[in-house]
Amino acid sequence: MRQLLVSFVSGVVFALGLGISGMTNPAKVIGFLDVTGAWDPSLALVMGSGIGVHFLFARWSKRAKRPLWADAFVLPKRSDIDWRLLGGAALFGLGWGTAGYCPGPGLVSLVGISTGALAFCASMITGMVAFHVFVGAPRERATSGSATAAHSHPARR
Amino acid sequence: MTFTPISASIGGALIGASASLMLVLNGRVAGISGILGGLLRLPRGDTSWRASFLAGLLVGGVLLALISPQVLPTANRTPTALTVVAGLLVGFGTQLGSGCTSGHGICGISRFSTRSIVATVTFVATGGLAAFIVQRLLGRAS
Repeated sequence: MRQLLVSFVSGVVFALGLGISGMTNPAKVIGFLDVTGAWDPSLALVMGSGIGVHFLFARWSKRAKRPLWADAFVLPKRSDIDWRLLGGAALFGLGWGTAGYCPGPGLVSLVGISTGALAFCASMITGMVAFHVFVGAPRERATSGSATAAHSHPARR
Repeated sequence: MTFTPISASIGGALIGASASLMLVLNGRVAGISGILGGLLRLPRGDTSWRASFLAGLLVGGVLLALISPQVLPTANRTPTALTVVAGLLVGFGTQLGSGCTSGHGICGISRFSTRSIVATVTFVATGGLAAFIVQRLLGRAS
């Protein structure tokens, strides 16, 4: 129960951070990405500040055996660079620079019920579902040949 | 847009604090595309914390709308057809590339993940390219 509370509070704080930093304004994001326009370096400072704070806690987590309120850390362990990472990041960037929305600000902006935010979120979710239906994670594909695969892998926590 | 260093730093610190709450207490990465993408891959055993985080994100949005509605601009800046293309690219790309600005950009870089550093450099570069082209297409060259 308290893990759900942490997730909820974390979501609220994240949204407030996005709003205060100006990142829920697509014009400000594009003002950073389009360096040939009236360049606005704010986004770099948002990332730098966020990394500066999170780095301290990430360093703690590397030494800790487990998180304070959960059984284990669930963190990505891969370190290889593959075409999925590069291609996915490249496609994401193209979409991000086109409309100035990345997933967090897009979802927070839903509250304003603007055509832009609604169109963005609906198509973003469509894109995510399309990926999982037509491509899927490498792990899933590796086991999809077996009909029993779903039963031999209990839901991960 | 004008450079707003103070609000950018305060907001960024809050984002870092949010990611730290998730990591230190729950042991999870606060990556928005990962949290949402995982929720869309039903059935899975870990939907409740994802739904809870996303609910928090929306409640935070409501608070912003009440306190300071100008941070959530409703003007349609980009033609809707282009926004739809953008959303499809963001949705598909973040799942293929395992993360977005939060998961790779904040959480991954803070952990010195090589994959996240490479991903962030890549999406900032293609983001810059797309923004440059689209702004010129829309006649907003300055």
